[in-house]
Amino acid sequence: MDRKIGYSRPLAITTGLVLLVWLILAAFPFFWTVWGSFKVQADFFSRESFWNAITGPATERQTGGTFTLDGYRGAWVEREFYHSVINTAIVTVCVTSISLVFGTLGGYALSRSSRQYTFWILIAALVFRAMPHITLVSGYLLPFFEMNIWGYLPTAIIVLVAINQPFTIWMLHSFFQSIPKDLDESAMVDGCTRFQAFRLAIMPVMWPGVITTGLFSFLLAYNDFAVTAMLLNQDNQTMVPKINSFLGTVQTEGTIMYAVAAVVSATVPLFILVMFFQRQIVSGLTAGAVKG
Amino acid sequence: MRHRDFVKFIFPSALAMLLFIAVPIVSVFVQSLYVEHDKVLVTVENCGPFGCQQETRVDPDATAALKAEEPLGQFNGLGTYLNRAHLATQEVGEILSDNDGFGDVARRIYNLPFYKALAFTLVYTFLVTPLSMIFGFMVALGVNTIPKAVKGPVIFLSLLPYIVTPLLGSLILFWMINSDGVIGATLQWVFADPTLSLKASPFLTWVTLIVYGTWHMTPFAFVVFYAGLQTLPQDTLESAMIDGANRWERIRYVVIPHLVPLATFVGLVLLMDNFRVFEPIIGFSSEANATSLSWSIYNDLNGQVDQLFGSAAATSVLTMIGVIVLLTPVLIRTWRDFNRKAR
Repeated sequence: MDRKIGYSRPLAITTGLVLLVWLILAAFPFFWTVWGSFKVQADFFSRESFWNAITGPATERQTGGTFTLDGYRGAWVEREFYHSVINTAIVTVCVTSISLVFGTLGGYALSRSSRQYTFWILIAALVFRAMPHITLVSGYLLPFFEMNIWGYLPTAIIVLVAINQPFTIWMLHSFFQSIPKDLDESAMVDGCTRFQAFRLAIMPVMWPGVITTGLFSFLLAYNDFAVTAMLLNQDNQTMVPKINSFLGTVQTEGTIMYAVAAVVSATVPLFILVMFFQRQIVSGLTAGAVKG
Repeated sequence: MRHRDFVKFIFPSALAMLLFIAVPIVSVFVQSLYVEHDKVLVTVENCGPFGCQQETRVDPDATAALKAEEPLGQFNGLGTYLNRAHLATQEVGEILSDNDGFGDVARRIYNLPFYKALAFTLVYTFLVTPLSMIFGFMVALGVNTIPKAVKGPVIFLSLLPYIVTPLLGSLILFWMINSDGVIGATLQWVFADPTLSLKASPFLTWVTLIVYGTWHMTPFAFVVFYAGLQTLPQDTLESAMIDGANRWERIRYVVIPHLVPLATFVGLVLLMDNFRVFEPIIGFSSEANATSLSWSIYNDLNGQVDQLFGSAAATSVLTMIGVIVLLTPVLIRTWRDFNRKAR
């Protein structure tokens, strides 16, 4: 459509301004913190002027250069942050792959059956999706203590997989529904069993949906705080609870830049993820909505 | 699909949900009926140079043995629900029977921990949800008009607040609003008040958390509305133009009606996500001025001396009831739609 039709200059300027303000609000905190994480505390939390966080005079006085890796060195080497990075990697990879295996099977079944119980399973999943995670955690703790499985990575992984399931099957269910039933039916006419039809005829065309859902499973596992903070012991902590436990000590020791560096280290992978998978994330966020 | 195949396919997923969502819900309910054991006390006679004294002490071995024997604690019925830390029926009764007007009632009930958390959770949920929808809609309209070349980077930057880990996002903002941080210092300069601190007063803490929530959730509303704008029927829009509708009237009578179904979806997801508000309270260390239901559960489970399972479970059950109440309109609507389709 011609953009000139119904074009109004004042309105364009207003929406442009709103957008500009929003972009600054959305992005500025991250760039500010990434930049500031290479300064010393006296600059990033400067009492004189916030220009110090940009130019870094105290950083120059204390370390000899305008940028310093002290915060990162403190967090990664001294406080062994790499340990929780490894734990996060294990947890997110396992949660994403197991969720997808369970979710594709379940979502496929739900999309290909139109009986009453399908509806009830989807409704139950919706209610489960709405449960705040911490309420479920309060149900896990005591039984897990009794069974002696509290504190280990596999426990947290299977719990995160389960918490992920309602969301995963809803999303995959709507992706599977967009694939015509004729495809698997014709495969079955050709002699495939139901599972072969699923694996050989449906899965090859499902990859976009699987990747999108996988991204969201990854984000849920990566961003989780309630489950990992309560179910993992000190040695097995992932990044987010680890940063939270940093906070208690860094404030008193005057090493708050360790926490800033750790936060930046945990946030940057997400930036890269959004950069590469922006299209999938956008389509995933709207997947539930389009169905209505 | 045959029943047998259906069961086989759904089994792993259903089992995971049953074991780790449905069973814990039951377990929470059972736990909420029990309360921790009292410490086992023993009376010992303590004899010193100035005679003997009776002394009461905690017997750690017997307490541990009792705990190991009955890990749930002792049965308490609905006692935990009604005590001061939860529904506080007795205290509320007293406040209602003896008070100096409505303001006094509100203030005193607000001082009870459960109602304090409930008040914040509800205010947060019902302010952040509409605010982020309005801002998301405005941003979507803005992005829709910009040239294609810059759309990609703009969407990328807009997504960041939503994608970032909530705890880390709130920490980043918390450091910035610190009185030594860039926003805090600027606000002090703007209002020419060197003692201004967003952390000190309850009101400003609430405002901060709600601003954070809106910042965090706006991208979600934006993306969904933006996708909706792509499917806008151009014919309707053009005929509205021919009929002389200006831009505002077109938004009001064409765009908004088109987006209403999406808005219900966004509203539902936002309600569910905002009701569980938890991480920002930790990130902004706002527990003195604002607590939420999720935070109360975390606080009980994270106790320094003892983990209060009974108390946490009671709050959890009350929270779940809250979630169900929030969802009821949606569930009823879905049920009607399903029946209409089935018929």
